[in-house]
Amino acid sequence: MMARKKTVLVDCDILVVGGGMAGCGATYESRYWGRDLKIVCVEKANIERSGAVAQGLYAINCYMGMQWSENQPEDHVRYARNDLMGLVREDLGYDIARHVDSTVHKFEEWGLPIMRNPETGRYQREGKWQIMIHGESYKPIVAEAARKAASDIYNRIMVTHLLMDKTKSNRVAGAVGFNVRTGDFHVFRAKAVIVCAGGASHIFKPRAVGEGMGRTWYAPWSSASAYALPILAGAKMTQMENRIVLTRFKDGYGPVGAYFLHLKTYTENAYGEEYESKWYEHTKQMVGDYVDRHPVPTCLRNHALLEEVKAGRGPIRMVTTKAFQDPHKETVGWENFLGMTISQAVVWASQNIDPKHTNPELTTSEPYVMGSHATCSGAWASGPSDYAPSEYQWGYNRMMTVDGLFGAGDTIGGTAHKFSSGSFTEGRIAGKAAVSYVNDLGKELPQVSEAEYEDLKKIVYKPLDNYCVGRNEIVAGTVSPSYILPIHGLQRLEKIMDEYVGGISAHYMTNQPLLTRGLELLTMLKEDLHHLGAEDLHQLQRSWELHHRVLASEAVTRHTMYRTETRWPGYYYRADHPKLDDQNWHCFTLSRYDRHSDKWELDKAPVYHIVD
Amino acid sequence: MPTFVYMTSCDGCGHCVDICPSDIMHIDTTYRRAFNVEPNFCWECYSCVKACPQNAIDVRGYADFAPLGHSVRVLREEEKGTISWKIRFRDGREKYFVSPIRTTPWGSIKSPADYEAPTPEAMASQELAHEPDALKVGKLPALSSAQLKPWTA
Repeated sequence: MMARKKTVLVDCDILVVGGGMAGCGATYESRYWGRDLKIVCVEKANIERSGAVAQGLYAINCYMGMQWSENQPEDHVRYARNDLMGLVREDLGYDIARHVDSTVHKFEEWGLPIMRNPETGRYQREGKWQIMIHGESYKPIVAEAARKAASDIYNRIMVTHLLMDKTKSNRVAGAVGFNVRTGDFHVFRAKAVIVCAGGASHIFKPRAVGEGMGRTWYAPWSSASAYALPILAGAKMTQMENRIVLTRFKDGYGPVGAYFLHLKTYTENAYGEEYESKWYEHTKQMVGDYVDRHPVPTCLRNHALLEEVKAGRGPIRMVTTKAFQDPHKETVGWENFLGMTISQAVVWASQNIDPKHTNPELTTSEPYVMGSHATCSGAWASGPSDYAPSEYQWGYNRMMTVDGLFGAGDTIGGTAHKFSSGSFTEGRIAGKAAVSYVNDLGKELPQVSEAEYEDLKKIVYKPLDNYCVGRNEIVAGTVSPSYILPIHGLQRLEKIMDEYVGGISAHYMTNQPLLTRGLELLTMLKEDLHHLGAEDLHQLQRSWELHHRVLASEAVTRHTMYRTETRWPGYYYRADHPKLDDQNWHCFTLSRYDRHSDKWELDKAPVYHIVD
Repeated sequence: MPTFVYMTSCDGCGHCVDICPSDIMHIDTTYRRAFNVEPNFCWECYSCVKACPQNAIDVRGYADFAPLGHSVRVLREEEKGTISWKIRFRDGREKYFVSPIRTTPWGSIKSPADYEAPTPEAMASQELAHEPDALKVGKLPALSSAQLKPWTA
């Protein structure tokens, strides 16, 4: 079956993998600085509606407002540092914050409707960092800019592996993948690659496991390619243990930001009591004075909610009935969902929940691994050349520890709170740096080995062969002794991560023995991935999404084992090391995977803080 | 379901197949019409619903937590620049909302190559495209490396 698949060779200067917010930013900026370069963006779906912003957004969560002196970049660094319990790459975060306003101003110029405060004429603030938008078409608008910039956009190609230079083992030389519609094998040979792929949903078992399993908080198509691609290429990763748990409206995972910040709704337990202050002393014993910071870190607010529910006083509810008496606030509350989480409107309509009359339930989600929200997992990247300390700087801005390999958005670690605008901005930063890299290459062009991509071609299509052969053994149905389907592997992964690495059924708790057993089971799952069976190209896509999720999950598990403290209670707990330990762990965790030996190395790196 | 396609409305044009971020809208080979092949990988993002020229696609909330009888319908009008919603509760109550989606004509964004080519000095600086003008603060903020130092316990 594999032999019938055509190989399509594409040569380019810059290859952008993933056309979400970061990828569109990288594509746009690469063209601005690299007028004569061939810039190609490859996306597994359709950039018109791909990535985490496919559905739209009702707010831009990262905007300084420097033109009105609302905030300065260093204020945002302090905010992100505080929210992540002290540990962020402040050099990278500052870099995004100092550029993000120009991104948002371009979005408005392009046609994104940004709400204005009628009294001040400024952008309507939802909170200190958030501005409110009518963002149903946020992604189509940004995609239009990327299409204008790219030499070519390849939609519906799932990138499975990066290609390495045959003359220099630590240099990237392109990527391979397959077209989900035609089945063609695509080999992209590139001088620089910018990974802008998505973070990871569906590595931990979701709360809904039936038809509703797709209604995860983060999009189900965020399949950890952001991590698997760099990990396989030998890039160093950081903070992979720093998974995020979201407090959201029950079942739809509708966002709470506008409700808390703009509509001034608040939470209470099942008996109408405020509960966060009850857990203050308890939390302080775990994390010390981090609990006294303002605003209270997201993980610690989760922690109070979790403890209150464990004490038997759930469900926790959002008190909306007062705010929603104001018709303007009621409209904002509903449009907030319709703009970015339509499912929450579906859930409320189906259960007759009108928040004007009923206070809706909140819940905590399963954990996700990503690099752009209130969490910062991802690749270890070089910082900006004008101020990053030498330990954070080994080349071009946003270049990973692999030559020519850049990243942005969910892919780059240590930079929490970039959200949509910051991800696009980081894509721009990486795009300009990649143009510099390509300009400086001279005649030393990366060399791609035909043998390498031919070997990968066999690996990529193997699930189709497995199914084709194994299917003949059985009468019908999904049970085969020779292969497992992608959904089988996914559900096993989710169960392992849930039970051993701190998912919902374990109350986000884990320890060394659990993690050790989890790794044993993950190893067997990795072996079984050689026996994945794919009935068609759609299932082949699911097969490679699963490969990426499993590798990212292994990184999460190893990092969680390495950091012997509980840094972010409310996100996860190391029950055997239940307290925050600044003496030993006020640092980043780093890992590097060697695909030849299948070995991982873990290490620490220092955290540099901006003065004050 | 979550999305499903009405047999009598769908003409098999494939717009939903092209747009679905999850690759779950496919054309049924017998009926030559679209259907959701993997409902449990549907995010209910409504991308296909909005893209359907026949209004043939609807959503029935996830069976594991959404009781029947609801509906959330949408009409996205690119030329008008609006999106309109109609929410019907299980008990029959209804709510309507309309929002703008874009303030400029579709296709009007300039390519970055249509701007004046940047100078070598700009390339060597920390500025990104359209900066410092687009920042609206005169110049790009910067830190000195002396402001960064390692954390000590």
